[in-house]
Amino acid sequence: MSTNQPDPAETIQSKTATREPQPRPAKAADGKRVDHARSAKQFLNAPEHAKSHDTRVWAMRTKRDKQAHTIEEWEELRELASQIKTHTLTNLDSYLEEFEANAKANGIHVHWARDGAEHNRIVHDIFDDHDVKSVIKSKSMLMEECGFRHYMDSVGIEIVETDLGERIQQLDGEDPSHIVVPPVHKMRSDVASLFAEKLGSDPDNDDAHYLAGAQRDATRPLILEADAGMTGANFAVAETGGFVVCTNEGNADLSANVPNLHVASIGIEKLVPKAEDLGVFIRLLSRSALGSPITQYTSHFRAPKQGGEMHIVLVDNGRSKRLGMKQFWSSLKCIRCGACMNTCPVYRRSGGLSYGATYAGPLGLILNPSFDAHRYSNLPFASTLNGSCTNVCPVKINIHEQIFGWRQVLAEEGHLPWTKKTALTAAGKVLASPKGYRAAIKTTNSALKHLPRWALYNRMNAWGEGREMPSPPDNGTFHDWYKRNRLNGQAKTTTAGDGK
Amino acid sequence: MSARDDILGAIRAGKPAMNAPAPAVPSYDESYPQERDGLAALFAERLTTMGGTWHAPTEGQNLDDALQEALADKLGKPFEDAVIASNVPEVAGNRTISENDDPTTVHDVDIAVLRATFGVAETGSVCFTEKELTVNAVAYLAQHLVVLLDPAEIVTNLHRAYQRDDFVNARYTVFHTGPSATADIEGVLVRGAQGVRSLTIIPTGGS
Repeated sequence: MSTNQPDPAETIQSKTATREPQPRPAKAADGKRVDHARSAKQFLNAPEHAKSHDTRVWAMRTKRDKQAHTIEEWEELRELASQIKTHTLTNLDSYLEEFEANAKANGIHVHWARDGAEHNRIVHDIFDDHDVKSVIKSKSMLMEECGFRHYMDSVGIEIVETDLGERIQQLDGEDPSHIVVPPVHKMRSDVASLFAEKLGSDPDNDDAHYLAGAQRDATRPLILEADAGMTGANFAVAETGGFVVCTNEGNADLSANVPNLHVASIGIEKLVPKAEDLGVFIRLLSRSALGSPITQYTSHFRAPKQGGEMHIVLVDNGRSKRLGMKQFWSSLKCIRCGACMNTCPVYRRSGGLSYGATYAGPLGLILNPSFDAHRYSNLPFASTLNGSCTNVCPVKINIHEQIFGWRQVLAEEGHLPWTKKTALTAAGKVLASPKGYRAAIKTTNSALKHLPRWALYNRMNAWGEGREMPSPPDNGTFHDWYKRNRLNGQAKTTTAGDGK
Repeated sequence: MSARDDILGAIRAGKPAMNAPAPAVPSYDESYPQERDGLAALFAERLTTMGGTWHAPTEGQNLDDALQEALADKLGKPFEDAVIASNVPEVAGNRTISENDDPTTVHDVDIAVLRATFGVAETGSVCFTEKELTVNAVAYLAQHLVVLLDPAEIVTNLHRAYQRDDFVNARYTVFHTGPSATADIEGVLVRGAQGVRSLTIIPTGGS
């Protein structure tokens, strides 16, 4: 048992905690288009969860602001980070070669994978060579992209997630809903019932300390018995041939340092040229993510430990293709901090699982369509285009402009669903003709004033689901006002409220 | 074609054609305290916000006593029963570890005592390489970590930290900033997630 575990009798909170069942938005079947709006509604049907989610995610944004404001050079750091990434990405081929050469010189085995399937096969081969049956693993969004855990399940190799949040999601058979805090959509009562079922903990004790302790106690033996460890990487340094992993739990260090075999999966966009560049990125990363000055552990792996073996798999999985997309290549600068998710009003109120994709939130809107344009064609519309994501992005990706750009691309390529296409085509025609526009506004205003609710709020009006239609102005449209007051001859002097 | 050639070829064919030189990165540390005590005070303050403990020995106190004072009420068992693995000459300890040990064998350690190569005032972080750790895993499998830090070895910020050559020479270089932590369950901060439950820094000069 844990030593400094709180006394359950004192900390038990189940009496006041919510017992609202955890919302589980439906996932789109293979080959089908994700319906974000419908899944979001399923999430919002659990009001306690929806409120908790909104509050917690916004708290991260608030803490991020507080941290950013303590650094006088914050905006300069964002600019530097963006420039370093531009420099690296425009020379990515030579930096990858430099990285590979240095890593090999340090005694690391370097592999290359075109896509997720190839990545999984390579790792499987490494495991077969070493007769690996169980693996401890730290959180990696790249491995989520690759469907790595599902693949390993299918070949009978046990993968144990060592990040508490990721372990919760693994035990629950759910995808992560946030890239930094995978179970952010869950309440502690959900975790208490899950752990009671899977780990045999007390179902009535939903104290976070108790639950974290239960998982620590359950996972420690698995860590000690594992045949191999896996990590992702936050950064890879061309100059040293090493890579950096940031965690708060120290679980990447356990995964890498306890077993003799360490395999790291690294996206090719993670490169930075020099160790000194890390100063810029490490200063930005956790401040942007959680609003803490740095993660508890920032670990630099440059060579296998004494007597150990280390492999790196460099994974493309659509990245080189995106590098060639004029409008979207700069999305490769993303350092996966999640700041854009935390600030996004749509993400906060719809929950990450409603995106039905590896990446939720604003970065998901611009990354997922490059993996599968049809499946994720709805996602770029899950945005108000308020630009807040762009404003908090530590590497200054023009996220909201890329969201808009994807809407255009998906429309041109014919990926939009029928209702959206028809409505937008009609709107396009109306907006292209001043007369038609004026007539439409008049009709709409009159309709809003006189039609009964059932005629206005129905399946045809997606906008009106969950929103009230605006009330039409009493004194007509702006054009009416203009005609009355400005159009004939001299401008009439009017005071505010004159038009009433 | 190999995957390597395919990927590099696709990058060469598609990468944006622009001349974007690498920017020069300033050190941004003009406003930090210049003298040692000021920097140590800032370090201690930042360490505390990250959940670590700054435990300066009292005048004439030996390190064994300082260690007991700092850890006694954190162990959940009598201090006399604690398994203490020390990698520093200043503290005897009662459990020896050496670099050829199987990492899984160090899981019984209650307290690991290490010396940091340097500290970072900006974040309250301490740095280790495989040389100080002996068995890397001990810094994570131990229940508690006690770190000796020479106050003369505190740099201002992370830019200065990354100008050091540890990252280019060591196999493994790690910053520890407070103990292992998680807030994955309803945002409640829990110290002692998968790694050490507490981190105590004892400022003391090198031997």
